Amino acid sequence: MKAAARIVGPPVAALVLAAAVAALILVFSGANPLTAFGNVWEYGSRLETLLESLNRATPLYISGIAFAIAMRMNLFQIGVEGQYILAAFLAAYVGAAIGPMFPPLHIAVILLTAMAVGAAWAGLAGLMKVTRNVHEVISTIMLNAIAVAGVVSFLLGRWAIPLESLDTRLGDIPETGWFPSLNTVVEWFTRDIKRVDLTSFILVAAAVGVVYHLLINRTRLGYDLRATGVNPWAAEAGGVPPKRTIMLAMLLSGAAAGLVGMADLLGDQHFYSLRFPQGLGFTGIAVALVGRNHAVGAAFAAFAFGWLERASGVLEVRGDAPREVVTIMVGVVILFAVIAYALAQRRRRIEAAAAAAEQMKERTGDGGGPPRGSLPPPAEADI
Amino acid sequence: MSVAVRLRGIGKRFPGVVANDDVSLEVRRGEIHAICGENGAGKSTLMKILYGMLQPDEGRIEIMGEEREFSSPKDAIGLGIGMVHQHFMLADNLTVLENVILGSEPVTAEVINFAAARARLAELGEAYGLEVDLDDRVDTLEVGERQRIEIIKILYRGAQILILDEPTAVLVPQEVEELFRNMRELKAQGHTLIFIDHKLDEVLEIADAITVLRGGRAVATVKPEEVTAADLAELMVGSELPKPVAGAATVTDRTVVEVDSISAADEEGVERLRGVSFAVHAGEIVGVAGVEGNGQAELIEAILGIAPVTSGRIFLHGEDVTDRSVRKRREAGLGYIAEDRHRRGLLLTSPVWENAILGHQTRPDFLSSRIWINERAARRHSEGMVERFDVRTPGVDTPIHALSGGNQQKLMVGREMSVMCNPLIAAHPTRGIDVGSQAAVWEDLRAARRNGQAVLLVSADLEELIGLSDVLLVMLRGEIAAHLDPSRITPRELGAHMTGAA
Repeated sequence: MKAAARIVGPPVAALVLAAAVAALILVFSGANPLTAFGNVWEYGSRLETLLESLNRATPLYISGIAFAIAMRMNLFQIGVEGQYILAAFLAAYVGAAIGPMFPPLHIAVILLTAMAVGAAWAGLAGLMKVTRNVHEVISTIMLNAIAVAGVVSFLLGRWAIPLESLDTRLGDIPETGWFPSLNTVVEWFTRDIKRVDLTSFILVAAAVGVVYHLLINRTRLGYDLRATGVNPWAAEAGGVPPKRTIMLAMLLSGAAAGLVGMADLLGDQHFYSLRFPQGLGFTGIAVALVGRNHAVGAAFAAFAFGWLERASGVLEVRGDAPREVVTIMVGVVILFAVIAYALAQRRRRIEAAAAAAEQMKERTGDGGGPPRGSLPPPAEADI
Repeated sequence: MSVAVRLRGIGKRFPGVVANDDVSLEVRRGEIHAICGENGAGKSTLMKILYGMLQPDEGRIEIMGEEREFSSPKDAIGLGIGMVHQHFMLADNLTVLENVILGSEPVTAEVINFAAARARLAELGEAYGLEVDLDDRVDTLEVGERQRIEIIKILYRGAQILILDEPTAVLVPQEVEELFRNMRELKAQGHTLIFIDHKLDEVLEIADAITVLRGGRAVATVKPEEVTAADLAELMVGSELPKPVAGAATVTDRTVVEVDSISAADEEGVERLRGVSFAVHAGEIVGVAGVEGNGQAELIEAILGIAPVTSGRIFLHGEDVTDRSVRKRREAGLGYIAEDRHRRGLLLTSPVWENAILGHQTRPDFLSSRIWINERAARRHSEGMVERFDVRTPGVDTPIHALSGGNQQKLMVGREMSVMCNPLIAAHPTRGIDVGSQAAVWEDLRAARRNGQAVLLVSADLEELIGLSDVLLVMLRGEIAAHLDPSRITPRELGAHMTGAA
């Protein structure tokens, strides 16, 4: 019970505080916060909005995990943005070019292309780090610009299909490369769904989460990675090859990043265009932060961000307030989450130190002290 | 003589532990006052209270006869109290001058007045005989010099009362003498010095008064003329001071480590090791002595495989491992007790059980089907280790930063002892731990030797080196300057070899 409260407490506190700030902003912009929140809640609790939120949360989740993989060994990999856009673009091109074929194979080729492109782009940053000691923040920022404003813009102009409309886009991926809708499954449990398709790509996101969790927390490789993140010098003395581990973390992170754009590409739009969603890489950083680089935590964070984005649309429609209120609220959630985690962390440290000191005292006392089982284990989350 | 510092009934509790309990202490003006006690006796807490880093729960502080309350070190500094911490607080990439004035720069029209700072420091240096080159970058300096800078730093801020937290822990005998000379000079100039120390012969040599803490209480204040080291030890731990002794020779002719004329350079290309050759046999402890910075660290890094060698070969169990990775060498049995547990030794924010397998995580005992960490086995192993090596921790899930320094050290030593490591590199294995734990580590090393393990012991504690080693090597400027027989040498002679005076 207590352990659960500790894990859930800080983000919930952050959300409540953020809502309070949002209410203040709403008052200032002349709206009644209660009506506005009521509208958001009413709209946000509809089945369709929830499914849309899940669709939005899916790429955000993968993006968060991609960032978290590198973060677990203290690499601040902010290149997810460039990696996923470049990966989506090239995968869209390949997917359209190879034409209709056996669906699982078609999907597999597209996904592998995306992962390979993402890994390669992130690998460049890794390579610069291990060979020339270029900090990953610098290299990934540069690579983001090169990928989005450079490679994609340049190639999109050349590879675009002729259209009557003003849109610049690649050709369609044939239906054999699409991820089917999960609506029929959802409808079994609920009711008929209108105008929204819950993409089955969400299952891929779930798989990414499971693989991430097992890899980081259960495998020897994950142990090496985490050890390097905590103390690279001690890890090196403990036999962890530093350069290889950096490369590996970057490649894995990039491969996951490559999947970010697949939710929209294969579940919704089926082609790459100028209007392909951008910014998912950066929001992913916030997802990882609020979710504490944890597979389950990031899932809640991704859903929260997805839901806020979708449900807030109603503010504008009903004329309550500009949508920017939500952007501010998201910012405040992140800020408060960071503060709440820092406070919780400090408390845990103090409690752990006290428990250790207690143990020390008891064992130094006469008679050897009480049995060791009498102390409750401190609940230290593995962050 | 008037009283410079008077503490009355100081009490300080942390959640679950009483660090100081009704401690009273009187330090006279112009006196060198030593504070002794085991790890966890409350010495550091008491000094932090005096320096304003911690606030006492009860009790009173009087400075120069007036009652004071400190809410931060700033208040203490304002009253002329300065502290040199055990871990130096210097910015490596700044010069000595910049470090000294950092935070209290003399300013003329919003610009730092370096000339004024220099003049002031020249004055200070002359007055106290503290010689340093102001334009050297701190990262090029030896430990003893860094410590001198810390002292100058607090004198520059006008300190009259100096607190030194274990100043000799990091020094070799010659540097200790230098430090003591400086301390006597400061005393002659009317400064009051309070210092924490474990080493009883040093305390007896320099102090005018000694206060012994045990379990958070001040058990006695004595004059050095009135007591012996044995008396002090008894006051500290309630038992007699243990001595490092190796026991009967167990050396065999089986070579475990062979280092064949290796040379190595640092990142700037400066040669740090020059043609070093030696061998360590099964059942043998080879001690490496030397003033810090004469190639010992580089030698360890070369054997461990962290830093490459420019020439020469390294063999483990007869196999050439010169070009193999750290991991391959670890898998060949190489164990390593790091000289700096916080840097090379431990994952501070990770739980005990994860630390207990670091360096051994590829051993089949801790893996299942080669990919997965066998957490259950690792936990069981660490539970056994915690028990056997008396690591005091609430459990194996406690993050290691919550443990005291001595327990962290015991865990690191236990880690290498609880799996069969051969050879074992032990770098300063008893650095910064108390008398009781020290004896336990010595016993562990002896057990390893009896067990037929080859041990390379690098240490700054000369008694430890002489007492435990079968063979002693002295390193000087990257070379092995002498092979000595530990049974026929005194610490003083060894010190002479280390400084090149022999």
